[in-house]
Amino acid sequence: MSKPLISVRGLTKVFGDFTAVNGIDFDVAKGESFGLLGPNGAGKSTTMRILAATSTRTSGTVEILDKDPEKFGPLVRAHLGVVPQQDNLDGELTVSENLFIYGRYFGLSKKFIKGKIEELLEFAQLEEKRDVKVEALSGGMKRRLTIARGLVSEPDILLLDEPTTGLDPQARHILWDRLFRLKEQGVTLVLTTHFMDEAEQLCDRLVVMDKGSIMAEGSPSGLIKEYSSKEVLEVRFGSDRNKEVAPQLAQMCERMETLPDRVLMYTEDGEKLLEQIAAAKLHPTTSLVRRSSLEDVFLRLTGRTLIE
Amino acid sequence: MNAGIDVKQIQRFGAFYIAGARIRSISKWKAIIAAVDIGNPLFYLISVGIGIGVLVQNHSGTSGTGGIKYIAFIAPALLANTAITGVMDECIFPTIEGFKWRKLFFAQNATPITGYQIATGVYIAAIARAIFSVSVYYILLLIFNVIDFGTSILLIPVAVFGGAAFGSVMLFFAAKIEKEDYFFNIIQRLVIMPMFLFSGTFFPLNSMPIFLQPIGWVSPLWHATELGRAVAFGYKGPSFLLIVHFLYLAIMIAVAFGLSLRQFERRLSK
Repeated sequence: MSKPLISVRGLTKVFGDFTAVNGIDFDVAKGESFGLLGPNGAGKSTTMRILAATSTRTSGTVEILDKDPEKFGPLVRAHLGVVPQQDNLDGELTVSENLFIYGRYFGLSKKFIKGKIEELLEFAQLEEKRDVKVEALSGGMKRRLTIARGLVSEPDILLLDEPTTGLDPQARHILWDRLFRLKEQGVTLVLTTHFMDEAEQLCDRLVVMDKGSIMAEGSPSGLIKEYSSKEVLEVRFGSDRNKEVAPQLAQMCERMETLPDRVLMYTEDGEKLLEQIAAAKLHPTTSLVRRSSLEDVFLRLTGRTLIE
Repeated sequence: MNAGIDVKQIQRFGAFYIAGARIRSISKWKAIIAAVDIGNPLFYLISVGIGIGVLVQNHSGTSGTGGIKYIAFIAPALLANTAITGVMDECIFPTIEGFKWRKLFFAQNATPITGYQIATGVYIAAIARAIFSVSVYYILLLIFNVIDFGTSILLIPVAVFGGAAFGSVMLFFAAKIEKEDYFFNIIQRLVIMPMFLFSGTFFPLNSMPIFLQPIGWVSPLWHATELGRAVAFGYKGPSFLLIVHFLYLAIMIAVAFGLSLRQFERRLSK
């Protein structure tokens, strides 16, 4: 295996008496799509800002393309495309002007940028909006433009912080499609998300983060295999009865989580388990058999749900 | 990487890329800027030139203003004040917007551009804007026959120098404050307004009671106005005072701009 593009060891970031990131290690290989999955406040964004060479660390080592981002900020940033959590486009300028001035910040020639803009407008499906002021764009369009902007310098690594947070389902799917294309083109992606479906769709490999630490690492399917069962049976008995019947249910499956609104039962065969429940004359008001997801992995690791 | 990024070139010209983007944004408002930059001087020249100026002249001739027309006497102050408000506006708003409202600075800093370059670029664009406004004003002064063309052209750099001095302080505060809610009101009402009235703008500073004069002494407007009067109308006082005016403004820029650079870098890398 060739040398990783990003190498992080013992990374720690402390704000006053709050430890945002607590000694994490990971590598990202060239062409890989790597995710940081965790709830809000897990330390994902702080980690991203350190990777983006715009924030200092308290301790540990970070190497991006063999360079310490703290010592060689501009040099490292020249190789990165950054898509921040909050769109920070210039609303007063048009779509193409935003791409143009951003390209200039990388010292790119006007001729190169002009050609690149055409390519990026097509990629972001914004050709018809090229002369529209950014203020007038929808949330999904702004996101796509922000991603396009991050690509103007043909970066070696694209960093995306919560790329689809705040978007409606349709806009999310368009965006996933675009990111998937980048992945196919071999762009190295590093993204944070608190959506398990996003992590499953886009990441080859991910780390599950909570409270500044890495809880687990692996591929989405590998993590599910390791930390969860094949299927999950979700049953609801009504908020008061959930707890009442819990002890009885617990005997029927390998593992169980009682959430305020529902009970999750981990099993290899959900339908069979449901029959067992019916045979025991417990009648859930609703039931659902589904495959295990990263949400279940997170629940197993932390005892909490991703979105609270 | 095949886009052809030259980090050395960015290190050299980064501040100008930022200034260029700022000027592009500013020029989106060119109709309003033109209206203000032409309208504002017109109001002053008409009201002061025809109104107050005539009143003063009829009362005491030019004895209180060193032998020059009243409107000409206040012209250097009006130019300096234009530069001051111009640089101030273009330092305060873009900076708060950049750090807080739209976080543009964080986008710029995600590229090879540094905090130092962002601060410098904003400052350069603000000064460019002031050069434009002051030049328009100067041309109107010529058209209205308030001053004669000649050494008076030096009023432009002198006014901009004063504007740059005050603006550098505003650049620092705009980068420093986290809550901007009352900031503009305080600056406008408790700094700009008193400075305008008590900096020897409408009458020589030494005609005021001594306990009010310190307002003028600390005010970059007074220093720029005095320098302007010296270059435009010839100077009659001690020459060391001119050096004091110059040094005061220069030191103000060196200190406040230096602090701004540090503050930009700090806030961006938090």
